[in-house]
Amino acid sequence: MNAQVKNALVAKLTALADDEVILAQRGSEWTGHGPILEEDIALANIVQDELGHATLWYGLRQALDGSDPDRLAFFRDAYEYRNCELVELPKGDWAFTMLRQFLYDLYESLWLEAAQHSTYRPLAEAAQKIKREERFHLQHTYAWVERLGLGTEESNRRLQQALDMQWGYAQQLFVPIPGEELLVAEGIMPDLSPIRERWLELATRHLQNSGLKLPINPGYQPTSRAYHTEHLWSILAEMQSTARWDAEAKVW
Amino acid sequence: MTTLPNTEQVWEALARIPDPEIPVINVVEMGIVRDVQIEGPRAIISMTPTFSGCPALHLIREQLEETTRSLGFAEVVVKTILSPPWSTDWITPEAKERLRQYGIAPPKPTAGQEGVLIQLEAALTRCPRCGSFNTSVKNTFGPTLCKAIHVCNDCKEPFESFKTV
Repeated sequence: MNAQVKNALVAKLTALADDEVILAQRGSEWTGHGPILEEDIALANIVQDELGHATLWYGLRQALDGSDPDRLAFFRDAYEYRNCELVELPKGDWAFTMLRQFLYDLYESLWLEAAQHSTYRPLAEAAQKIKREERFHLQHTYAWVERLGLGTEESNRRLQQALDMQWGYAQQLFVPIPGEELLVAEGIMPDLSPIRERWLELATRHLQNSGLKLPINPGYQPTSRAYHTEHLWSILAEMQSTARWDAEAKVW
Repeated sequence: MTTLPNTEQVWEALARIPDPEIPVINVVEMGIVRDVQIEGPRAIISMTPTFSGCPALHLIREQLEETTRSLGFAEVVVKTILSPPWSTDWITPEAKERLRQYGIAPPKPTAGQEGVLIQLEAALTRCPRCGSFNTSVKNTFGPTLCKAIHVCNDCKEPFESFKTV
């Protein structure tokens, strides 16, 4: 692997891991505050899985450049993070959280399906591993979209509001990072455009079947992962405070 | 000079390590230990994670290392491998029966699940207490990443099941 490809791969793995870490941190904000106990537990399980996935992606990066996953997670500032903006938006209400998790899980499942065939074996193996866990997430959030969309006028209104806000942000999941075309050409990373097509088809069908209208004006669509909303600063401040206060933090 | 144990003896020793979250089965029966290699004074243990975010993994890794070291190896390497990905099909039939006796409905065979993106109709789960199939899923997610929560409509008892992965 030449240096250019390696650098692009390191950057892409970082973006994958950062998405999972920030989404997991947002989801964890519901721990102890879920609408019912079962859902509190379910979401905690889901985000614990996402953290596991982040560990695998950071681990693949570590194998390439020797970086320490804990340093990456807890000692980078917001401007060094490469997550998409969708995952950093405040958790909102339950409809907002479930919709985001659905849009993300559907993307992740489809992406993993494609990444299983990567020519880079460590990536193919990790994708095969993670895909098995993702199945349970999608099943869960898929049902929640339907439940809220076809539930009451109020639950439909809230879910629609969440969709109007998130639809544009979600499109960033399919924006390649700089250098990603090199990885696609080598068969290391899957091409995002066919994944986006399937995602659009499946998401549209399920959202419409759940009584929602796709926004006519998709609204703000972020492109570069180098830019973030103000919300990333505060979520990192909370997430990183213990590690930065006491990097060893072995007793608590 | 002491003689070091052979691979079979190492496997036997590792089979005495209980799973930290489900102590009625050991880490070998669980399918977590994939390979044992001995190269002179060095033992190389390959393990595979069950669920990638499972918090018990650190503990299992430590226990594998400690147990192997206690057998007299000067150097112990615990390697993590991801391929082929762990499957509940690897849990031995005896261990599945012990799960059932412990009150956890064992996982079902995975055949036919591959390539399915969204599966809404859950396969029937048998109550580990009374054996009834008249059960409902209360939560696909349970107290640990590998389990779901059900209730038996006949004996009215809640119970956990091991997810089929």
